[in-house]
Amino acid sequence: MNPRHIEIQILADERGNTVWLGERECSVQRRHQKVLEESPSPIVDADMRRRMGEVAVRVARAAHYTNAGTVEFLVDEQKNFYFLEMNTRLQVEHPVTELITGLDLVHLQIHIANGEKLPFTQDDVKIRGHAIECRIYAEDPDNNYFPSPGKITLLLSPSGPGIRRDSGIYEGWTVPIDYDPLLAKLIGYGTDRQQAIMRLQRALNEYFVAGIKTNISLFQRILQDTDFQAGKLDTGYLGRLLAKERMQASDHAPAPAIAAIAAGLFAVLDSVSASSKNGSTGGTASAASNWKQKGRSEALR
Amino acid sequence: MVYEVTVDGKPHRLELESAEGAWKCRLDGREINVDAVLARPDVLSLLVDGRSYEIKREQTESDLHLWVGSTRFAIELRDPRSLRSRRDGTGDASGPRKLVAPMPGRIVRVLVMEKSKVEAGQGIVVVEAMKMQNEIKSPKKGVVQKILAAQGATVNAGDVLAIVE
Repeated sequence: MNPRHIEIQILADERGNTVWLGERECSVQRRHQKVLEESPSPIVDADMRRRMGEVAVRVARAAHYTNAGTVEFLVDEQKNFYFLEMNTRLQVEHPVTELITGLDLVHLQIHIANGEKLPFTQDDVKIRGHAIECRIYAEDPDNNYFPSPGKITLLLSPSGPGIRRDSGIYEGWTVPIDYDPLLAKLIGYGTDRQQAIMRLQRALNEYFVAGIKTNISLFQRILQDTDFQAGKLDTGYLGRLLAKERMQASDHAPAPAIAAIAAGLFAVLDSVSASSKNGSTGGTASAASNWKQKGRSEALR
Repeated sequence: MVYEVTVDGKPHRLELESAEGAWKCRLDGREINVDAVLARPDVLSLLVDGRSYEIKREQTESDLHLWVGSTRFAIELRDPRSLRSRRDGTGDASGPRKLVAPMPGRIVRVLVMEKSKVEAGQGIVVVEAMKMQNEIKSPKKGVVQKILAAQGATVNAGDVLAIVE
């Protein structure tokens, strides 16, 4: 039986104030690496949060720890939690905590290092809403997560309500072979877990990277999985999901007819835009369709 | 304009006619009204039967893919009136096949020698990239005709590593 990996964010100033800032559920892992994280955890209630938070703060105080840190626990089916280790730094998944607490943890790190007091107490910390983060990697999910460095030839990035994107990439950039393949962190925030999932699904459908392979399709698969939506997670979850047969294309899959029509139109419109660049008047565009064209390209931003 | 379009291996016949800012299509004989705008050089916004689609084009040297939303289709497009023939692939299964580096990296190990007999899927060369080592496998059963990868060499995506006959 696999446990859940649930960790507590703590923050301590150099003036004796140590607080806990809620938990993160990090059980969705591939080869023991976190891939998707969320806060709060679907199984942690206010009482369990407080008990875990108090243990985490005791751990930090015992070590005279200052600044940001994470105390990691393994949690069994009876919701007993057991200390695993402490990460004495700010972690990749910190944005989900920032979104549900409304705090800027990086700003606070600098604040603390500057010798200043934390501008709030434990009682001021409120958890609100739900946030889920996807680690977008340059790897190919259809080819055993083979790394995929190379030049990004087209980048369409999602945005909109509840979507936060911490990204290190841009169109035209070449992803190097020398480093870890993390490209961006895509986080969905909502009033509750269901809304966070729906917003993230929309954002993942809009996210498009050409020139390299990414694991965006892996997250589409996770977010539509019934066990994930029910919060039924443990550290074996992703291994089980990946071992399952891929679901065949659903009714939402577009007909190949659309692709065929688009292929022809690309060829035609390529030559139209090429000729208009050469100075010839571009064809029969009336005033009405110029408005349509402008409206449509605005809507695509 | 008339095109022969192959989508994921299935051929279609497409006729396109510009009509007052929109397009009249006939796809395999079926009439469809379409409105289209090229939002960016590789992004097409399409309105078909009142539904809107965003189509992204991904073109490499050897192939063309179109993404309709999150679904990817392999495309071959031919203008039957054009005298240009379709581009070749990397050889057919019964002839010599090239083993190509799928991504940039460094050759860590060459696993077989020239003239060795190999099975389909057998590892030929190990390439290292992004902190991972990856085995590049033979595309077919045959004999290694030539090895072009040297241990320690850096390769780019598309570089030929070996030829299996």
